[in-house]
Amino acid sequence: MDAVAGEVNAPLLTARIRKERRSAGASSFVLDVRIEVSSGITILFGASGAGKSTLLDCIAGLSRPDEGRIAAGGDVLFDSARGINVPAPKRRAAYVFQTLALFPHLSAEENVSYGLMDSPEEERQKRVEAILKAFRVEKLRKQRPGEISGGEKQRIALARSLVTEPRVLLLDEPLTGLDAELKAAIVDDLRAWNAAKRIPILYVTHSREEVDALGERVIALENGIVVSAGAPMDVLDAPRRKKLAQAAGFENLLSATVLDLREPDGVMRVRLGESACEIEVPLGYAAAGSRVQVAVRAGDILLATERPHGLSARNVMEGRIVSLEQRGTMVIARVDCGVTFVAHVTPGAVRTLELTPGRRVWLVLKTHSCHLVE
Amino acid sequence: MEALWLSMKLAACVAAILLLIGMPVAYWLAYSKWRGKFLLESLVALPLVLPPTVLGFYALVAMGPRGPLGKLWIALFGHGLAFTFGGLILASVLYSFPFAVQPLIASFEGVDRKLLDASAVLGAGGLRTFWRVILPLSLPGVVTAAVLSFAHTLGEFGVVLMVGGNLAGVTRTVSIDIYDHVQSLEYGAANRMALALLAISFAVLSVVYAVNRRVWTPWPAK
Repeated sequence: MDAVAGEVNAPLLTARIRKERRSAGASSFVLDVRIEVSSGITILFGASGAGKSTLLDCIAGLSRPDEGRIAAGGDVLFDSARGINVPAPKRRAAYVFQTLALFPHLSAEENVSYGLMDSPEEERQKRVEAILKAFRVEKLRKQRPGEISGGEKQRIALARSLVTEPRVLLLDEPLTGLDAELKAAIVDDLRAWNAAKRIPILYVTHSREEVDALGERVIALENGIVVSAGAPMDVLDAPRRKKLAQAAGFENLLSATVLDLREPDGVMRVRLGESACEIEVPLGYAAAGSRVQVAVRAGDILLATERPHGLSARNVMEGRIVSLEQRGTMVIARVDCGVTFVAHVTPGAVRTLELTPGRRVWLVLKTHSCHLVE
Repeated sequence: MEALWLSMKLAACVAAILLLIGMPVAYWLAYSKWRGKFLLESLVALPLVLPPTVLGFYALVAMGPRGPLGKLWIALFGHGLAFTFGGLILASVLYSFPFAVQPLIASFEGVDRKLLDASAVLGAGGLRTFWRVILPLSLPGVVTAAVLSFAHTLGEFGVVLMVGGNLAGVTRTVSIDIYDHVQSLEYGAANRMALALLAISFAVLSVVYAVNRRVWTPWPAK
């Protein structure tokens, strides 16, 4: 499937890649994509194992596609038909790995100037100086990576990649493990830097939050193929594919029958599965009697131990707790309302509300937390 | 003391040569994806299991005036290789090869592959990556390789006896000198030599273990 991300700018990076990866067992994985990336941040989104890192490796020249063509900024980097395969050191494709891979034996400054070994001393110093400032790490120049905190290491890794004036920037989940605020600050600095350079940036993530925070354009990858591309809202909020919906954090995916449309209110009523459970969802392109899929995030569902009153939320369903399962600091509650819902609650809420399996509860669901899936 | 000096000279030459030859060999063995690489690995490890006399015997045959190496040497330099210091170096290099190569392979393999990828995408070719990333991060392995090949050469007996014989100042190394002294019942002289060798060996091995335990580190651990 073709994925064209962003129509405003001409694509600066185009890649058509087919690569088969045989693992030890019988299972083999095929990456088969065609993407076009214009300047600015494009998110490559998908669950782990979808082929995101393999795609980046192929663009960077660390991995060789079985066939295809990769071009960036007017230069062909790989073309299986013409036998072109520019080696990684000559591609000028900057790559920040998830592990950052800063050289532990070199200082921050030496790390950053690593890619400028062929530049004259004076120019090298000037560029290193400028980029350390742009990423606010000029005070750390003499420190080794082992002495530097997480967020600062990420800044240095970005500076090291960008100081070489690359054609493209590939980021493989570079900001994992940082809190949202720090992440936003680093991304702001990255955007500020790229405002002048306008290179294409491919940003890999499987985190829904990062897509919301960064996304200008999203390419969604699943099992080695592009399943959709476009603005984040289009790609993720109306998930077209079940797996993608689950990857995007929609734990509840329910089939439903449309009962009636209330166009003036912008809603319609649907019956969930074969149950008697009826809920109100946003109006979609559907006729009464047709089947639709409704996706709901587990985190968007409220639990109450008494029938709630005076709420703006339109959907209140009575049910029984089937199971409670603790995952880290979160409890996954399964509630049977005729159909089974998955809801996330905190351990504190479980204690205060004395939630136990078998207990009768009410689920509260806002109309606009219900997403229609085509 | 002439024997001790000769042994030290031999060990230093061998250690230096082994580092030079060992690095490319170890690099290839650590990073090559060739399926038949186990064959070369076995060949490199061979001196570990062969009796020194077997190795020494073949080295002697090869270096003799009718051996291929001996013929070549005579054509080049006008004299034979057997029973000379040069011959001793050559045989010792073969004999101590695994002691240099194996620590190098282990430390090259221990370098995080992502660092090599990072170096490549930053524009560095294989040689530059080796000098700037692999070698500095493998320093403990390099020290171990140098010290072990030095120490191992210092203590060898069988190969030296086969290839070098027992010529004072040319091929009479410490271990052979000690053997000589014992044969002539000069236990005092044998003891002095033996003690010197013991002390040197202990000091040298202490360096290896200290480096690997990171008693002195050139950079802090992660």
